[in-house]
Amino acid sequence: MKADPRNVLTGIHYLDGNHASAEGAIAAGCKFFAGYPITPSTEIAERFARRIPLVGGVFIQMEDELASMNAILGASWGGVKSMTCTSGPGFSLMMENFGLGWMLETPGVLVNVQRGGPSTGLPTLPGQADMMQARWGSHGDYEVIALCPDSPQECFELTIQAFNLSEKYRMPVLVMSDECVGHMTEKVVIPAAEDIDLVERVYTTKSPGETWPFELMGKGITPMQPVGQGHKFHVTGLTHDYRGYPVINAEAQDKNIRHLVDKIRNHVDEITRLGEKDLEDAEIIVMSYGISSRVVQPAVARARKEGIKVGQLRLVTVWPFPEKRVRELAGKVKAMLMVEMNMGQVYFEMERCAAGQTKCYLAPHPGGTVHNPEDIYKTIKEAVK
Amino acid sequence: MSVKLNTEKYMKYWRTPLDIDKIKIPRGELHIIKERCKGCGFCVEYCPKDVLKLSDEFNAKGYHPPEVVKPGECVNCDLCEMLCPDFAIFCIRVEDNPKEVVR
Amino acid sequence: MSTQVAPPEVEKHPMEYLLRMDRIPHIWCPTCGLGTTVTALASALEQLKIDLNKVAVFSGIGCTGRVAGYMKLDSFHTTHGRALPFAAGFHIARPDMKVIVFSGDGDLISIGGNHFIHSARRNLDITVICVNNFIYAMTGGQVAPTTPITAITATSPHGCYEHPFNLPLLAASSGAVYVARWTALHIRRLTNAIKEAITKRGFSFVEVIAPCSTLYARLNKLGTGLDLMKFYHENSIIQHGANLSEVDIDYQSKIVVGKFVDIEKPTYLDCMNAGMKRKFGDKYKPYGGADGNN
Repeated sequence: MKADPRNVLTGIHYLDGNHASAEGAIAAGCKFFAGYPITPSTEIAERFARRIPLVGGVFIQMEDELASMNAILGASWGGVKSMTCTSGPGFSLMMENFGLGWMLETPGVLVNVQRGGPSTGLPTLPGQADMMQARWGSHGDYEVIALCPDSPQECFELTIQAFNLSEKYRMPVLVMSDECVGHMTEKVVIPAAEDIDLVERVYTTKSPGETWPFELMGKGITPMQPVGQGHKFHVTGLTHDYRGYPVINAEAQDKNIRHLVDKIRNHVDEITRLGEKDLEDAEIIVMSYGISSRVVQPAVARARKEGIKVGQLRLVTVWPFPEKRVRELAGKVKAMLMVEMNMGQVYFEMERCAAGQTKCYLAPHPGGTVHNPEDIYKTIKEAVK
Repeated sequence: MSVKLNTEKYMKYWRTPLDIDKIKIPRGELHIIKERCKGCGFCVEYCPKDVLKLSDEFNAKGYHPPEVVKPGECVNCDLCEMLCPDFAIFCIRVEDNPKEVVR
Repeated sequence: MSTQVAPPEVEKHPMEYLLRMDRIPHIWCPTCGLGTTVTALASALEQLKIDLNKVAVFSGIGCTGRVAGYMKLDSFHTTHGRALPFAAGFHIARPDMKVIVFSGDGDLISIGGNHFIHSARRNLDITVICVNNFIYAMTGGQVAPTTPITAITATSPHGCYEHPFNLPLLAASSGAVYVARWTALHIRRLTNAIKEAITKRGFSFVEVIAPCSTLYARLNKLGTGLDLMKFYHENSIIQHGANLSEVDIDYQSKIVVGKFVDIEKPTYLDCMNAGMKRKFGDKYKPYGGADGNN
């Protein structure tokens, strides 16, 4: 299915990452935005507020982030693509109901423009320290899809991709941007609508009474039942069975959770997107995501010039973590270096998957600014000694 | 005032209404779903004709469902049906020969 | 005039078409006002002859939160306190559907308090039925923002000393266009109030005073649920249009019931359409639903 030309601002633009994210959402057909202002994500909300009335949607600034997350789930059940945006403190508030969205198998997109944390931290400066929270922030067992753009162009593309994934897998999807990318202004090429592929929601073709909200529990992703057409379904955040009714016992929990978790675990290969460079002869791989993957480039280029065989692995999808690929690469190299703007989060995943096959290094940075490429270069040299 | 009225059994008037010969008091047929009842007593307490009483028998859950103790006096006011929190009793309007249906 | 055992094809309870009969009997205690309130809602929907395909019910967590699970409508059982924002998003996406939020006093006013005042302020076209039993019943009887002073609860074992909310005043001052309060026993008046609330354009709020036998009545030694229901009913005074600052409920005191507020005010979507029209003129197509129905 192609994008609707009325939604797409085709052309060459000079936009910052946040504005590009908003344009990506509108191009993807998002018609409902509920959010709460928080630096540095507010431009997404503001652009949406400005643009959406003339493309047939609604923007509402809710009273807090808790309401925002719930409102987008409600609108999604109403049949509409919806999104919200926030940053660290708001992300924490949205966690409970992110879990609700996951449990109800509701599509939706949540953009987290990360800033320095914890707590109020650095509202106007970048960080990448919400990555583990993205994975484990809500309570209980669950899986996430998290995409990390490294430029305004990617903010546009990955927001569309997030909508597609959320509709396909019937779950809320995260776009983990950061203040640097969000506030960086660059050339953004918005293609023609017929060049934008969208995944639309699959609704059931069965009549009311012939199907249940989670009929394919354990076997696949159930087509959603539309509201207002007599299906009269019930869904709950409690552990439930294929009928959507709460069932409070261990057996139902087993079925329900395995279904939800396997939705992603069985499709990791289809979901994963990686950027690979110079990996064939690499003796050290530098792994990064988001803005950090641009910051490593001068360090890597310098090291290469000196003859150090450095390869780059960019995680476009940080979650689900590309375990298979990392395990495979770990067996072939002397060292792996994780460069992230935190004190070590995704690093531990890399180390776990390396499983002792190679030495693992971290170039941490608590945020506030991007890494100094000089420090990364030094760590590369340290790692290959 | 001297007219002996059939309705005197059910109601006491301080004067005879002028349309007394046109009044037809509704009759109701009570349906009691014993197994759903939780013995709360709302229907018994609020029946305006005191038609119901909690029986001595038990349902499967150990509650005493109501029983009709004044057969034929239900006037189909529907109060028991509206008040019952468990959808365990309802009343159907009948013309005559009301029965009490219990299941 | 004889008692007989029903034949197999016995008539069903008239409300069964509105209930998920595969989940009845429900979990509520005997004498719980919730079953009666659900009957009132079912009667109201029946009397209004509303297209039941176009009604959606949302509830939160708690005993009242279970209502969504028993009604045979598109229903959503959300997280604690968040039935209102969930319903708000749904309503904006689907203004063609009637949205009813069923919530308890704790769910709606404590954790959901912020959402309550803002939804009322925005005058979203939503009907809110708040079943007030003065306690957090499902979790074992803890103090609620409506628990009267001196009442004993699990977390106020020495008597509650916090001043409770006056819900009709809160709703009205936040901007609700219809505010009414009845006890669960005022069944016909409650059904009428729910009917009016559903047909009213804007944020309608109906507070239902319901007995809680297992927690509130037991912890405060107020007798059975039936005794408590009788008390509420006998001590309620009907005062339509009462002065809202005088409708507080003290411990085992009189309860002022009635229809307190019934005004006209443009709804959230009316205001949005008017505001956008002001700015964009004919370029703006009035919003009829975000699924492209405009």
